Amino acid sequence: MNREDFPLLKEEIIYFDNGATSLKPKCVIDKMVDYYTNYPANAHRGDYDLSYKVDREYESTRELVKDFINAQYLEEIVFTSGATESLNMITNGFFANLLEPGDEVLITTSEHASNVLPWFNLANKKGIKISYIPLDNNYYVTIDNLKRVIKPETKVISIAGITNVIGDIRPIKEICKLAHENNIFVVVDGAQMVPHMKVDVQDLDVDFLAFSAHKMCGPTGVGVLYGKKELLEHLEPIILGGGMNESFDNPSEVILSELPTRLEAGTRNIAGVIGFGEAIKYLNKIGMDNIHKQEISLRKYLIDKLLPLKYIDIINIESDSGIVTFNVSGVFSQDVAYYLNKYNICVRAGNHCAKILKSSVGVNNTVRVSLYFYNTFEEIDSLVELLSDYDKIIKEMI
Amino acid sequence: MDKEQSREIIMENYLHPQNRDLPHDGYDAVNTRNESCIDNINLYIKWNEDVLEDIVFDGEACAVSISSTSIMIKNLIGKKAGEALEYIKEFYRMTSGDDFNQELLGDACCYEEVSKQGNRKVCANLPLKGIEKAILEKLK
Repeated sequence: MNREDFPLLKEEIIYFDNGATSLKPKCVIDKMVDYYTNYPANAHRGDYDLSYKVDREYESTRELVKDFINAQYLEEIVFTSGATESLNMITNGFFANLLEPGDEVLITTSEHASNVLPWFNLANKKGIKISYIPLDNNYYVTIDNLKRVIKPETKVISIAGITNVIGDIRPIKEICKLAHENNIFVVVDGAQMVPHMKVDVQDLDVDFLAFSAHKMCGPTGVGVLYGKKELLEHLEPIILGGGMNESFDNPSEVILSELPTRLEAGTRNIAGVIGFGEAIKYLNKIGMDNIHKQEISLRKYLIDKLLPLKYIDIINIESDSGIVTFNVSGVFSQDVAYYLNKYNICVRAGNHCAKILKSSVGVNNTVRVSLYFYNTFEEIDSLVELLSDYDKIIKEMI
Repeated sequence: MDKEQSREIIMENYLHPQNRDLPHDGYDAVNTRNESCIDNINLYIKWNEDVLEDIVFDGEACAVSISSTSIMIKNLIGKKAGEALEYIKEFYRMTSGDDFNQELLGDACCYEEVSKQGNRKVCANLPLKGIEKAILEKLK
């Protein structure tokens, strides 16, 4: 779908590393070049036309994001550098002030480092407890398993909407319902979810959501922190400086700006935010449901082709996203990636920043194919053809 | 060394590595891993004065890292700390694409091409970074 929109896809390259970052359509690149070429002023700074245009473009992305995830208020959309920064702001700016020693945060072993390390840090500093929701045989989170581990001291559930290795879609709406019945906050790492399916924060009733622009056809260095307005009001800025204050005369007389500006100190990644707006328009044009449907078709096609290859161990046969994780028997994952690279196929090898997942899956390193709507069945044929010749893999893996 | 010969040496050392074993008593341990966190090797070193009397390893890594560990172990056992550091320096010269002493490196010359292969350079150098750390620690 829409391959003609991506300059890189005119080259002889097969890009299957969309979980790491997506390709950028020309309209997004052009939009950023337009900013740098024709109105490269700062935002919220000047009373002149160029700066006013920057303000309008920057703030129009906020509107686009609000509608894209169906947030209730514009003030609930904060621009960050990416999902990692968003999650760190949530843990350090909100929960660090709220949680008491002994309070429990539930995560899972399949979380990305950015949804593990901020909590570990808080555990070390504040004495909170980190526990894990047990995964079922498919490495899924189930409501039954969640019910079993919720305790009176459980205060937060922080999980990915879709995980970056297994690719399972978590039942976020049901998790939020159960959590809120027990006065538990829910933080969702949406880095792998928001780019791939329709997300409605009001319908899901999540308290916080973090995601990155670069995984959804947007530029690097831009992300979103969504939080319910009444919660964001209590999120303390962890970065202070220009653009986020009303006045300051001495330490006891500092007045900060309203939301969301209060949480966007300094000059932001203006070109990135403006480019992100174009990316959202682009995705809206294709339609998130169409994107999700295409990924599922591609995934099914790939799984059906890989299953007959007995020396390939697929970690996540069952999954409703575009992520397929596997190992080739007797070949280290990095060597598989190196072999495929010889044929201009880009896949990821390693632990994909989910380092505690090995305790559940029993495998340290894997090859990951992560699909997006612009991938094709023919590209999958090329991949499978290369993986179908075991002797060739062994011969050409170094 | 031609490509086919290099490939044979690398595969032989990957499939049948020298001294891949569990740690023994009386050995110093050093871990070495690369930035992308995939290759992860533990080296265990037995010293006799300043001589590397024995080296064994365990861990998980790609073909290039495992084979490089095996070849390094074969080539460094019996060397004095200073000689080993010279060997390591020469290996780095080779993997950086500089002129190097082929005689000193012996069959480790099979990695000459990695200087053109991005990440593979890191994989080949990995065990040498580990042993270098252990030697410098010993010489402190």
